[in-house]
Amino acid sequence: MDREAHNTGFLAPVLVAALMVLALFTVASAQKKSSCIECHVKLNDPRLSNPAKLFDNDVHRGRGLSCNDCHGGDPNADTSEAAKDPGKGYLGKPRTVDIPAYCGKCHSDANLMKKFNPSLRVDQESEYYTSVHGRLLKTGEQRVATCISCHTVHGIRAVSDPLSSVYPLNVADTCAKCHGNADYMRAFKIPSDQVTKFKTSVHAKALYNKQDLSAPTCNDCHGNHGAAPPGIASVANVCGQCHARQADLFQTSPHKAAFDQKGLAECIACHSNHDIATPSDQMIGSQQGALCVNCHTNGDKGITAAAHMRTRIDELIASINKSSEILSVAERKGMEVSKPKFDLKGATDALTHARVLIHSSSTSEVDKVIAPGLEVAGKGYQAGLDALAELSFRRKGLAVSLVFILFLALLVYLKIRQIETRQRIAK
Amino acid sequence: MIQEWLDERLSVSALSEMARKKEVPVHRYSIWYYFGGMTLFLFVVQVVTGILLLLYYRPSAENAFESVQFIVTEVQFGWLIRSIHSWSANLMIATLFIHLFSVFFLRAYRRPREMTWVSGVVLLFIVICFGFSGYLLPWNKLAYFATKVGTEIAGVVPIVGHTVLRFLRGGDDVTGATLTRFFGFHVAVLPATATVFLAVHVLLVQLHGMSVPPSLKDQNVSKMKFIPNFLLRDLIGWILAIGVLAALAALFPWELGEKADPFAPAPAGIKPEWYFLFMFQTLKYLPAKILGMDGEVLGIMTFNIVALLLFIVPFVDSGPENRKRRLIFNIIGVLALLYIAVMTIIGYVT
Repeated sequence: MDREAHNTGFLAPVLVAALMVLALFTVASAQKKSSCIECHVKLNDPRLSNPAKLFDNDVHRGRGLSCNDCHGGDPNADTSEAAKDPGKGYLGKPRTVDIPAYCGKCHSDANLMKKFNPSLRVDQESEYYTSVHGRLLKTGEQRVATCISCHTVHGIRAVSDPLSSVYPLNVADTCAKCHGNADYMRAFKIPSDQVTKFKTSVHAKALYNKQDLSAPTCNDCHGNHGAAPPGIASVANVCGQCHARQADLFQTSPHKAAFDQKGLAECIACHSNHDIATPSDQMIGSQQGALCVNCHTNGDKGITAAAHMRTRIDELIASINKSSEILSVAERKGMEVSKPKFDLKGATDALTHARVLIHSSSTSEVDKVIAPGLEVAGKGYQAGLDALAELSFRRKGLAVSLVFILFLALLVYLKIRQIETRQRIAK
Repeated sequence: MIQEWLDERLSVSALSEMARKKEVPVHRYSIWYYFGGMTLFLFVVQVVTGILLLLYYRPSAENAFESVQFIVTEVQFGWLIRSIHSWSANLMIATLFIHLFSVFFLRAYRRPREMTWVSGVVLLFIVICFGFSGYLLPWNKLAYFATKVGTEIAGVVPIVGHTVLRFLRGGDDVTGATLTRFFGFHVAVLPATATVFLAVHVLLVQLHGMSVPPSLKDQNVSKMKFIPNFLLRDLIGWILAIGVLAALAALFPWELGEKADPFAPAPAGIKPEWYFLFMFQTLKYLPAKILGMDGEVLGIMTFNIVALLLFIVPFVDSGPENRKRRLIFNIIGVLALLYIAVMTIIGYVT
């Protein structure tokens, strides 16, 4: 019995030590060695050390990739020479002209990309070569944007990452790095105020002020990898991605043929391109400042239609305001008017619809929605009048009731006096 | 003939004899006698208008708000009934508090009226429950969040809190289930309970008659007949109350607000009804920890204990008159009134 206990006491530490050694080996072999990062982070030249430092936050690292997956070489080697041995596929830093293909090695390979992100497209490289950037690069122009100009390099983040240079809120500034630089753009003979203008637009207000990520930024109209300015013929298609109804109506309007004939770019002829302002009713009509007078002359068919549409819209606005005002007055006086207030939204909807229908240039189409809108607004006004009439009835009713109530109280008081006088006399 | 028939079966003449004999003391504090009757009258107004509201009200999360909206906009004089119900509820709580404090200061709870006081305190809590449950029924935004906060406070009570919260809400959250059970409490459970205690309370008042304050005991207090002298005076009060209610309903209709949306954020600066405001304000001022205990829990427990202490007031202030004890009770009463008034004002102003 004693001997057995003694043996167990001797074996236990040996077993534990063996297990610990085994565990250490397991941990060491599980960690992938990267002599590239080990050496590069220690280098003094930031050009050489930054890539290793930035890579910590790179989306590729998160997916288990390392330096050699792009640059080749042997990350297990102990010396710089052995690690960068061309015999082991070392590629080094690619030339600008080779960058699209360098990234495309994986990103254009559908079978490979499936393993990492099955939903990611694999046509970025081919799209890139359709862009102005890609076409110029092919001609040997080195100053154009390649993958890394927009996505950065080594510290590449996923598009959905708010810190990414291509996150919707950051795209315009990323493009502006080159397109906002007048000196840089001079060589290409293109303006450099697009981003400044864009930031004053209704789209930018939605994007930055409301943080509405569905609002367009540069790439939504110009394309991202295949970035190119949309030509006159395709502007309506670009805007129509979101403003489908307006684009459709425009296609059926008499303006379509006229614009084509004059070579006017459809939507932007009235709304401009980068600095698209919040549309207002002032834009339509025959008065000074309306856009219609830029092409139409007084008395022509177009200006008559524009003036008619504007009058009808103004009429509906005035009617909505009048109803809304009287309902607010009734509400402030304590009347319950939430239902007519809600119903009045029908008139506001009609107004929005009429503003869209302007793109058809058809007065009859606009009239068709204005009429029911006016009817709804009229009902709202009537509801307001009714509420105020009811209020007046209540007050008058109250006055009459109070007279009766006070009279009744007085009668009871007199009765008490009568009774108490009798009681006193009886005593 | 009819009187005889009734008398034989219901002893009507005995009752009318008792009523005829009933007298009310007349002295400088007599005015306070009217507040009990006024509270009772407003309770009757609540019952009548409540029954009328029941004709149209639909107790579900989907229909409650719309049905109240229908009552105040479409139903003839629906606005009047609904506004009177809301205003009368608030006035009733106000007169109830006045009645409570006047009985306290006039020490009308003393022997043999201990059980009248106890039944009155029970009625006070029933009325508060009426207020709390009725507030949710229009299913508007303010009511929804007030109920959420109110039931949360109930949930803080140690040991039973969570069970109470789930019982009140009919689940973990304020939903349509809460509305249905609050409706049940408001129109069935509470009226039934209130009727029983009200009957006991009024019967006891008849049995013992009006109390003369101890400070006037030695003086020669004159008396007036309950019927018709006092009752007619009561009647003037009730007629004027109808006038006040009509004026409030016509000039300041009770707001309906917006329909409750459980997914919407709580509106800023949400406050409970005025009669809960002093407690709400107190809880806001309490530090997170008091002597290692949760401040809020301690505050709620203190209010519960104070509520329980109300029941034992007549049993503590018993025995022969004692000037020192009378002084202590008056100081406690004044301090409580001041505390409630100050906290309520602060709650409104901030």
